[in-house]
Amino acid sequence: MAVSRNLQGWLLAAPLTAVLAGFLVLPILTIFIVSFWQATEFSIIPAFSLENYQFLLTSPVTYQVFFKTFVYAALVWGLTLAIGFTVAYYLAFHIRSEATRMVLFLLCTIPFLTSNIIRMISWIPFLGRNGLANQALMSLGIVDAPVEWLLYSDFSVVLAFVHLNTLFMITPIFNTMMRIDRSLVEAARDNGASGWQILTHVIIPLSKPGIMIGTIFVLALVMGDFITVRFMSGSQSANVGRLISNDIALLQYPSASATSIVLLAVVLLIIGALMRFVNIRKEL
Amino acid sequence: MEPRPRSFYALTAFFVLFVIFLYGPTITIAILSFQGPQGGLTFPMNGVSTYWFHNLFEQQAVGDIWGSFRRSFALGLMVMVATVVISVMAGLAFRKRFRGSAALFYLTIASLVIPSILVSLGVGLIFDRFGLKVHWATSGFGAQLTWTLPFGLLVMFAVFNRFNPSYEEAARDQGASAWQTFAHVVLPIIFPSVVGVALFGFSLSYDEFARTLLTAGSYNTLPLEIFGMTTNVTKPVIYALGTLTTAFSLLIIGAFLLAVWITARRRARRMASLAKAG
Repeated sequence: MAVSRNLQGWLLAAPLTAVLAGFLVLPILTIFIVSFWQATEFSIIPAFSLENYQFLLTSPVTYQVFFKTFVYAALVWGLTLAIGFTVAYYLAFHIRSEATRMVLFLLCTIPFLTSNIIRMISWIPFLGRNGLANQALMSLGIVDAPVEWLLYSDFSVVLAFVHLNTLFMITPIFNTMMRIDRSLVEAARDNGASGWQILTHVIIPLSKPGIMIGTIFVLALVMGDFITVRFMSGSQSANVGRLISNDIALLQYPSASATSIVLLAVVLLIIGALMRFVNIRKEL
Repeated sequence: MEPRPRSFYALTAFFVLFVIFLYGPTITIAILSFQGPQGGLTFPMNGVSTYWFHNLFEQQAVGDIWGSFRRSFALGLMVMVATVVISVMAGLAFRKRFRGSAALFYLTIASLVIPSILVSLGVGLIFDRFGLKVHWATSGFGAQLTWTLPFGLLVMFAVFNRFNPSYEEAARDQGASAWQTFAHVVLPIIFPSVVGVALFGFSLSYDEFARTLLTAGSYNTLPLEIFGMTTNVTKPVIYALGTLTTAFSLLIIGAFLLAVWITARRRARRMASLAKAG
């Protein structure tokens, strides 16, 4: 019986296992191996050398770039959490009709299914030198000359990250909030709790699993990104992802691999620590 | 009904601002894509025309837009079908504990959080080592699945967490085979979510950039083509392209939502007629 149960599970899970083995585990192992190789300008040479790691870990650029990656992650996490929680709370507790709630939730979801690159490009007419923001600031007399740091700056990088990733906070938090027993809120109110007290003593503690899942998503996406930083900073800022993609562009695969392994270790450590606080399967 | 608290109005204002933040930029480029032939990348509008849309379809004006669109569409369909089949199977597998299920679950989550560029790099390296040519339909296809499958599986978990097994037991008690139980009982119940997984599969593939960057080979997918354009195009033609691809995405989303709505309505009507007959 136990054998047939295992067998059925294995057969049904076989395609998933095969894809992940071939296109996730094997590639990561390959990156790990190649990270010890050496490279010339034209080719990569199998070897066992710690040179790539030595160079990486002694270069001040590495630390600057990792620091920048953490700064982006922290800023985007704080902003998406604040916005995502507020939106989820509004949808879950202030919208009374189920149909309205679904429509408004879909409204938040749809942009996620459109192109990220197009969504980044669409900030140009807003933030550019002659963009809407500068036109408005100048016509209101707040500034005399166009503000230069709106586009192609850290500001626009963070703005785009928030624009692209807030949904990953909204969805899990909203999902958790919808599962909160409404009688708990009633009980708190009957006992004289103010709206603020209900929020901080009942809703926020019970929303923690959703907040955790959202945090995992946002941190993973921001820390692993390279394209948002490249495009929105106008190639003027670098995070770890860009360090990797620059090496790839120069065909320095061993060096790119070593950086990848370090980034992977950092991301998995952080996500692994967060996973201890939440049982993802139960919360879905 | 009790009166709305004051916070309701503040939160409504916040929500409206958020929606403007989400959609404002996209609407702006949709408007600017109708710039006149002399118009630039920002306001003011220099006349109104469909010049840039025509420009998009002229030969050699930009890269191989149509070819890349066809490839992205085909790849999207392939990824969609694979994602639906594999996620539903895995979702069924995970309903019961089997040896290795916990490890497979963590591996799936890892697939979601591992930076896309690592998948791209790793798959590219493997193909290179084995002397295979990277191609969007092989290496690109596999690399994209590592992104769509975790989403599919998470949706399946959400579905089966809420699934009432007594329907299946009833079917089995009446002598239905395992396949009949799945096809006539389980599948109809989970159908709306399966449509959701299909929509995710197609859209995430159609818009994927990082995972196809080093795995698509010499024939670009549409996002790669668009990104190539961003580095040298300084005319509203890129807005026209953005407007068209976004419109196409919205069309697809609309079609899927319509499918779910129609099945839900048909089912409600059948239930009503059954209730009347009973």
